[in-house]
Amino acid sequence: MFKILRDLLRYNIEFTIGFILTLAIFLFALAHFWAPMPDTAIYLLPPDMPPSAEYWFGTTSRGQDVLWQMSSAIWNTMLFGLSVTILSRLFAVAVGMISGYLGGKWDEFLMTINDTMIALPNIPILLLVYFVMRDQMSWPVLALTAALLGWNYDARLIRSVTLSLRNREFTRHAVFAGMSVPQILVRQHLPYVMPVIFFTAMNNLIWAIGLEVTLSVLGFSDINRPTIGGMIYWANQHQAIIAGIWWWIAFPIIAVVLLFLGLFLLAISVNEYIDPRSRLSRMGA
Amino acid sequence: MTALLELQDVNKDYRVGGFLDRSTLHAVKHVSFTLDAEKPEIFTVVGESGSGKTTTARMILGNEVPTSGTLRFMGKDIAQIRTRQERLEFMARVQPIFQNPFEAFNPLTTLDYYLFSTAKRFLGLKDKVAVDAATDKALQHVGLSLAEVRGRYSHELSGGQLQRIAVARALIPGPKLIVADEPVSMVDASLRMSIVNLFRELRDTLGVSIIYITHDLSTAYYISDRVIIMHKGDVVEAGRAEEVLGNPSHEYSRALRSAVLPPDPVVASAIIREKLRAV
Amino acid sequence: MLAAVENKSASVEAKPVLRVEGLKAYYQMNYFGVRREVRAVDDVSLTIKRNEIYGIAGESSSGKSSLIKTIAGAITPPLRVVEGSVKFDFGGKELDVYAQRPAMKAARWKHLSYVMQGSMNVLNPVRKVKHAFHDFAFKHMGLSEGEFRARVESHLQRIGLDPRVLESYPHQLSGGMRQRLTIGLATVCEPEFIIADEPTTALDVLVQQDVLALIKGVQQRMGSSIIFVTHDMTVHAAIADRIGIVYAGRLVEEGPTLDVFQRPQHPYTAHLIASLPRIGDTRKRVALGGKPPNLADPPSGCRFHPRCPLAVDKCKSENPALLPRNSGRVACWRAGEVEAA
Ligand SMILES: Nc1ncnc2c1ncn2[C@@H]1O[C@H](COP(=O)(O)OP(=O)(O)OP(=O)(O)O)[C@@H](O)[C@H]1O
Ligand SMILES: Nc1ncnc2c1ncn2[C@@H]1O[C@H](COP(=O)(O)OP(=O)(O)O)[C@@H](O)[C@H]1O
Ligand code: SF4
Ligand SMILES: [Mg+2]
Ligand SMILES: [Mg+2]
Repeated sequence: MFKILRDLLRYNIEFTIGFILTLAIFLFALAHFWAPMPDTAIYLLPPDMPPSAEYWFGTTSRGQDVLWQMSSAIWNTMLFGLSVTILSRLFAVAVGMISGYLGGKWDEFLMTINDTMIALPNIPILLLVYFVMRDQMSWPVLALTAALLGWNYDARLIRSVTLSLRNREFTRHAVFAGMSVPQILVRQHLPYVMPVIFFTAMNNLIWAIGLEVTLSVLGFSDINRPTIGGMIYWANQHQAIIAGIWWWIAFPIIAVVLLFLGLFLLAISVNEYIDPRSRLSRMGA
Repeated sequence: MTALLELQDVNKDYRVGGFLDRSTLHAVKHVSFTLDAEKPEIFTVVGESGSGKTTTARMILGNEVPTSGTLRFMGKDIAQIRTRQERLEFMARVQPIFQNPFEAFNPLTTLDYYLFSTAKRFLGLKDKVAVDAATDKALQHVGLSLAEVRGRYSHELSGGQLQRIAVARALIPGPKLIVADEPVSMVDASLRMSIVNLFRELRDTLGVSIIYITHDLSTAYYISDRVIIMHKGDVVEAGRAEEVLGNPSHEYSRALRSAVLPPDPVVASAIIREKLRAV
Repeated sequence: MLAAVENKSASVEAKPVLRVEGLKAYYQMNYFGVRREVRAVDDVSLTIKRNEIYGIAGESSSGKSSLIKTIAGAITPPLRVVEGSVKFDFGGKELDVYAQRPAMKAARWKHLSYVMQGSMNVLNPVRKVKHAFHDFAFKHMGLSEGEFRARVESHLQRIGLDPRVLESYPHQLSGGMRQRLTIGLATVCEPEFIIADEPTTALDVLVQQDVLALIKGVQQRMGSSIIFVTHDMTVHAAIADRIGIVYAGRLVEEGPTLDVFQRPQHPYTAHLIASLPRIGDTRKRVALGGKPPNLADPPSGCRFHPRCPLAVDKCKSENPALLPRNSGRVACWRAGEVEAA
């Protein structure tokens, strides 16, 4: 593991940039645990202060320090996004691989569920959940709901990879070598599915964060818990752009763009690393 | 005579086409033959592509169920195998060799994983030393040893070596029958001979029967005891190799026989020139 | 017998259309600090004359496809030309493939066509066959749409295909028809030089002869030269005028087909010929021992020495040059001695 990291840092410039960016933003977000003030408190500071030596990124119209708001917001948004991504990857891999490998009745059953869920519109479902849950609505519930909505396309993709692997001679060979289904799926097929997982994870993360922002901007989430979407929501409420409070919007957006860039670079370079073809070349095939 | 494998009037149809132009394709028609349990032999199936060779092989391996007719292995109907236990017992007796040695092993898995897995599952071995011993013994039969194979990946070995490892793996459970579907069509002439020579040895020293599927008539003649020729799902000719291939009587087998170019520039180029003139 | 010899010597006097000199092409890879160099083509020199069919034989992964790809100027990284040159002579005009890139591009299809390994499978599955002809050949022929269509149809007819195949999708055609089509594609512009990689390997025995006759016929009618690769020695026996034997990226023997088959000079060639199975002959053939060389780390000296029955000490350290001998050339310290063995 450590050696892999060292190799990647040494030989892959994309990985190095991505790693540094992501690490920097992670440390910045982590810092909110040591924030000098609670992130939900308002009007503790003079409002609408532009960036200065005292308030690096300025203050909001609600009297909050943009720097510390952002620190919390990135943390919360990332927590949400990554939970959705990891959960939905697990669903996608399980359904895609089982469906593709077992085929027949299993495939039909799982793909019917899958296609039904593709047909469901995301936002109305989330709003429905929001209205049903009301006070019990918390970010983990939202994350779970989003995860349940976010795996279907990728499950189909993984299914098609597994389907083509199932017809490869080495799979039939594995069966006659007495390997069990989990052995075949994990040992033989997963290495080929990994690049798909990484590749789709990035898209899924962007989708999840976009979803969070959309819901927050519409005001359908816990608006007192700072998130990137929440910050934009409040900035809109106070007409920050018109009032010339650009720093309230600009800094969170820059942070998100940098974060995406970092994650994107990480994803493509790790993808290249785990890609079977590049792995084989390193092994000397 | 007790039968090792007995095919009785085996047919396989596939439904092809969409909803509107549904039709039936008869991939295998009325195939019957018997392999003797006491007399191991190399039984060859030849035919052009699409003649039903692979379909027949898949039915013998239990990967495909015949539309009608029965396939019995040591008296037991192959299509009636249901439980995992029965399936494992069957697989221990009948093992396949695949077409492309480079495709038969996952390039990202070490080769020994296939060998060890076979030894553990079919011989029920748990102890590492016993697994190693069983694997090594099988590899010795094909002129290799575990030391040469352990921890290696498929790209580190040649096609001929890989195909021999595939044969060794198939030998681990002590099978009675090996079904080899075009095991040499992807390899060059020199490797070809090393693999078919190995089949001969297995028959003579281990008493394993081999179903050798090929469209290469020259190697078929070189190693087979008996041959059947398939054409569009039908068996058009069957018998001893010298007769069927040396002196074919059916029109199709004669065409197939004369389509084989001899490795001799004088004769081969004359055949091509003759063909050219005919057009 | 006499006719065959006559036919082959008739093509000899013409001057070379292709000259390959000291060609080295390596796959150079660098993955996360693991550098590898596969010397797939290592110092190959050969010439091909007008009206000649030259066959290249060798075992799998000996570098046949890499060589022919490099000659066709169709290489992509990681394969790179490290040294040497490939020069064509089209109607008196010399064309250096790796020095005159733009001129080379223009010569594609018009003077030169290249049929890749497995190319019967490269036809786009969702487009009708006629589009393939249009994409590849239309702009090189300077004809109107109507004339072009008529030309393609008559060309297909000549090679034994119903012009209606133009309206079909590739999957509706058999392997033999698809292979005919790719040959049709490669010859519709009547190029002077045709390069083909394993043109018959994926084919059934029954259609193989037809396709070989087709290739030979097209070549005779247009008077073009062909260089092709296959590991199937019977194909060489059937259509090649001369054969070159490749071992581990090097040309080890070359000569007129009949001589190579009847009097192989190099131990590897001799083995290759002796191991061919024939119907009516069940004598045991011995396979070559040892394993094929690793081109990323080839054996020293003569690359065949670890597997050669005649190897002597000198073979381990010194690489034999490809020198003229009898009617051809051979690279072996003990050339010709294998005859007695
Ligand atoms: N894209 C590639 N990257 C790296 N190495 C390659 C690549 N393509 C081929 N090689 C290596 O170059 C060598 C020669 O390969 P080549 O395809 O020329 O063989 P060949 O003689 O045509 O074999 P075959 O008969 O199987 O077609 C082999 O060692 C092969 O592994
Ligand atoms: N799963 C399948 N579905 C439909 N048709 C099939 C299937 N498998 C094989 N066939 C058809 O059955 C015929 C015989 O095929 P096959 O047994 O693979 O021939 P061979 O191995 O002799 O080349 C062919 O026409 C083929 O297209
Ligand atoms: S040079 Fe030596 S090793 Fe090479 S082929 Fe000749 S005798 Fe064999
Ligand atoms: Mg087949
Ligand atoms: Mg090749």
